[in-house]
Parts: sequence; C-alpha cells; structure tokens
Amino acid sequence: MFRFLLRRLALTVPTFLALMFVTFMMIRLVPGDPIEVRRGERGISPERLAELRHEMGLDQPVWKQFLDYVWGLLHGDFGVSIITKNPILHEFFHLFPATVELSVCALLFATLVGIPAGVIAASRRGGLYDQTLMGIALTGYSMPIFWWGLILILIMSNTLGLTPVSGRVDLVKYYYPQVTGLMLIDSLISGQKGAFLDALRHLILPTIVLGTVPLAIIARMTRSSMLEVLEEDYVRTARAKGLPPYRVIGIHALRNALIPVVTVIGLSVGSLLAGAVLTETIFSWPGVGKWLIESIGRRDYPALQGGIMLISSFVIVVNLIVDLTYGLINPRIRHAR
Amino acid sequence: MPVDVTLPTQRTANPPGPLLAFWHSFRENRGAVIGLTVVSAVILIAIFASVLAPYDPLDQFRDFTRLPPIWSEGGNWNYPLGTDPLGRDMLSRLMYGSRISLFIGLSVMVVSMITGVVLGLAASWFGGIIDVIILRIMDLIMSIPSLVLAILIVAIIGPNLTNTIVAVTIVYLPRYVRLVRASALSELSKDYVTAAKVSGVGPLRLMFVTVLPNCLPPLIVQAALGVSDAILEAAGLGFLGLGAQPPAPEWGAMLADARDLITSHPWVMALPGIAILITVLAINLMGDGLRDALDPRLKRS
Repeated sequence: MFRFLLRRLALTVPTFLALMFVTFMMIRLVPGDPIEVRRGERGISPERLAELRHEMGLDQPVWKQFLDYVWGLLHGDFGVSIITKNPILHEFFHLFPATVELSVCALLFATLVGIPAGVIAASRRGGLYDQTLMGIALTGYSMPIFWWGLILILIMSNTLGLTPVSGRVDLVKYYYPQVTGLMLIDSLISGQKGAFLDALRHLILPTIVLGTVPLAIIARMTRSSMLEVLEEDYVRTARAKGLPPYRVIGIHALRNALIPVVTVIGLSVGSLLAGAVLTETIFSWPGVGKWLIESIGRRDYPALQGGIMLISSFVIVVNLIVDLTYGLINPRIRHAR
Repeated sequence: MPVDVTLPTQRTANPPGPLLAFWHSFRENRGAVIGLTVVSAVILIAIFASVLAPYDPLDQFRDFTRLPPIWSEGGNWNYPLGTDPLGRDMLSRLMYGSRISLFIGLSVMVVSMITGVVLGLAASWFGGIIDVIILRIMDLIMSIPSLVLAILIVAIIGPNLTNTIVAVTIVYLPRYVRLVRASALSELSKDYVTAAKVSGVGPLRLMFVTVLPNCLPPLIVQAALGVSDAILEAAGLGFLGLGAQPPAPEWGAMLADARDLITSHPWVMALPGIAILITVLAINLMGDGLRDALDPRLKRS
C-alpha cells in the first residue's frame, strides 16, 4: 500500500510541474505589452518602464523567471490582481467557499436522485419506467446548462415567483458575518429568523442546473452497473433462497454495483467545476467560476493565471485522493499496472 | 488404407456482411433510428441553409422587430419563428446556426481523432519515454476543467470561430489518445500482430493497416459522442462571449445576446437552446445505438 501511495504521488509531480510551466507561459503568450498585461499601467515613461521591468524581474533570463515563479507558488505567492491589487490567493479563497457550497449541493442532489433512478430503471429493464427514466437521463446529459438555467429562471422565478433570480442571500433583509463562507452554515450560526431558508431558496435553482449533467451520468452509470451485477450468481442465490426483492436489489446487488458509480462521482470534480463556471455566470453566484470569466473581461491576466493554477491544483489533489481511497478499498487496483 | 473422408457439404446462407449486420442491430434500437433521422435532417438543413432559409441571417427588418412566433398572438407568417430585437428572422438565423455548430462539432471530431490516433499509436508502439511524455501531457490536459482550459486557450489566442475549434480540440484530445493507446496495446500482444511482424510488415503498415482497424469500434462510438460534446462546449464558449462573435448566428452567442429579453421576449432566448438540445440529444441517441451495435460488450449504459 505504501509503495502504491508513493508511486501515485510521484506521478503527480510532473503534472504539477507542467501545470506551472503552462500557466507561466500563458501570461507571456497573451497579446499585449507584458507590463500592461501584468500591472494594468499604460503609457508610462521609459524610466518607469525600466524600473517596473526590474521590479517584476522581467530583465532576468527566462529560466530564472520561471524558477522565481515556481518558488513564489510554493510559498503561496500567486501574484496580485491588476484590478483590485489584492493577492490572488486571498481573492480566490474568499470566493471559493461559494463554489464549494454550490458544487457539494449539486453533487448531493445528483447522487440522491441519480442512484435511485438508475436502480429503478435497472430493476424494470425494458419497461416503461426504464425507458422514461433513461430518456430523461439522456436529455439531461445533452442539456446545454446555460439555457436550462435561463429556462428555470423564466419559469420558477419570473412566472411563478418561487425562487430568487440571483445571488446567494437577500443582502437587504439579512446580514450575518462570514464564518465558514458556506451560507447554509453561516445563516444557521447567525440565528437570524428566516436566513437559513432564504439561503436555501437561493441555492435551489443553481443546484438543479449544476446537478443536471452529473445526475444524468450517475443514473446511466448506476443502471448499467446494476444490470451487470443482477446477472451474478450470488444475486440468483439470494433470490432463490427467498429474500424479498427489495433486499436482493437494495442490499446484495446495489452494494457491489455502487463501486464504479462512486469512482465516477469522485472523478467528476473537474467537470463539476467546469459546469460551475456557466452556472455561476447565469445566477450571479459569487464564486471562482464567475470570477474567472470576469477576469477575462477585465483583462486581469494575473488573476486568470493564479485562478487556473489553483483550480487545477485542486482538481489534481481531489483526483489523487479519490484514487488513493479507491486503492485502499479495492486491492486489485493497487497491484495492477 | 486411405480412408475417403468426404465431409458432408453444408449449405448455409452467406453470413451477412459486417455493414449489414451492423445495420440490423442498429435498426432494432428505436431511439437510435430517431436520432439518426433527426441528425440527417439537421445535416440537410445545414447544407441547404441558403436555399431553405427565407432570409439572410444578418438581414435586419427594422419594421418587424421582436415579432413573436406564429403560434402566439401577433405572429406573422412571413417570420414563422419570430424576429429578434434587430428584426432578424429567427428561423433563418437558427438554420444558418446549424452550419456553425455542425462545422465546429465535425472539425473538432476529425482533427482530434486524427491527432489522437497518431499520438495513441505512437505511445503504444514506441512505449518507454515517448509513452510517458504523451501520457503526462494528456494527464495535464485532463486535470484542468474542460471549460477552464478552453477559456485559457481562447484568452491566449483570442475569441473567434477557428480558435474555438482549436480550444475544444485540445480539450477532447486526451480521450482519443487514451482510447487508441489502450486498445492498440491490447491488440499488439495478440498473435496476428506477431504473425504480421514475422512476415516482415513495416511498423507504419503494421500500426495503421493491421492494428488500427481492430481499434475502430470504440473509436467510432467515441467520435459520435465527441461531436455532441464539442457542440455543447462550443455553445458554452459562445454563450460566455468567447466563441464565435456576433453577429454570427451561432446558437450559444444568440442565447447570450437574448439574456436580457428573458421576461419580455422569451422565445428569442428559448429557441437557440432548443436547437442545441435537439441536435445534441439526437447525436447522443445515435451514439448510444452505435455503441450497442458495434460493441456488444459495452451494452447500453
């Protein structure tokens, strides 16, 4: 197990190095004057230019600049935003809880609906339930989520007035200090009446929108995995000894069918964050996805660079953890390769 | 003593050719056939857009702005799906939009498949350091969330139609590389490959003529699903203002344009999304059918 762990860890080192190299190159490749790109200053005097070049280390050889960049990253220096002049690490972690809250809720929604849907479809193979559920799942899988979000706003908010259109909480009515950064928890801590429900109401539509594609994937995956397991001998044995169907399906089959599904859920963090970019933009959700898009609009390239570095590192680390846990549960993976 | 062994001559019908066998199992899947029909229709619309569309997609009819579709009150038969705030005919724009989306989807699929086949075969044939380098690069691409990577690439090379294709191609490349590499590796250990090697087949011929055809079934399925993913991804980029630029009638960009009209003129916002959904859904239905027909092991998932 220890060797497996070491090998997996060693494999991520080159990926991290390459990621640092790509983000380092990115800011040199974007069109425009490097000083302007990095500091947002334009039309400056030659003396100031030389001063800035020296200050930012641009007069150093490229390999030295890269080493400085890596050194900075390792010490938590992800650069400074052109617009707000704040350290990017600080901005990122100020917004990140909003993205985490949304993503966790979406994944919960997708799992809690997707797995039962897949199980029902598999146990009624070929029947009306199966066809309907899988038809819906394929539609969800094909959904342009930015359109889906707007349609839901149109129906739920504008027509029925059930849910708010944007943001995380009604700032006019409620104000409470940010403790964890997760609105659901902070609103409970604050003890203000109605604050929790308000935060929940704001979460509903974004959760549905971001959860739609993972939900479809989980439902399809659960169904095919269940179908495979239901053919196994031990399921037949369980049936033969007279266990009620819900026990056979719910316990004997489901437990084994869930292994690939859990992996899929764990490894969907990357696609979830990609979806969060669109979802946050539609619902003005103040998370890192919206922040990235706005950084492009403001030509805030250092923010973009730092943001991509941080998001990708997060995905690499989560995938690593999923892999390791999977290896822990399933020894066959550990010894393969 | 020589024994005269004459086997009874069997008279069997010729087995159906591979194409026919494929069609038979594809046809059984009702969803797949519906998907194929819709996809064909969309392709025809895209090809003949200039004949079918009533107007030019960029023509502005200033006297007829914001007309609703014919089924709602105030609709005008001259503009069956209504007009947008600039008086452009929605039907014509949607028809021309299918050209852009299909073009993006198909070019991404072709380019990433060719590159993926070459890199995947190279990785499996050479092994060693080349294999490791190719795999590490693919790992890196996959560690960055797809849309974020596309945004990064577009931020560097600028937003337009060609760059959308470049960005989405890079995003989807790893799937093809890993698929080709994995199936080529398993093929390379088989006897027919050894036989081909012994009979003196050169590496290029061996990889592309002997091994590649045996890796095709999963690759074809991936290619079909790759088209629909590429269309979705490109529409997402267009929606964020990072894809095809207005006034091009790209579906994602049309949707973004119509965001502010969501309460006043919902159809301008709804129609491009429906077009995306129908196209992508039809391709996915077809892809599912392809998988069932080509690769019985993968079943229907």
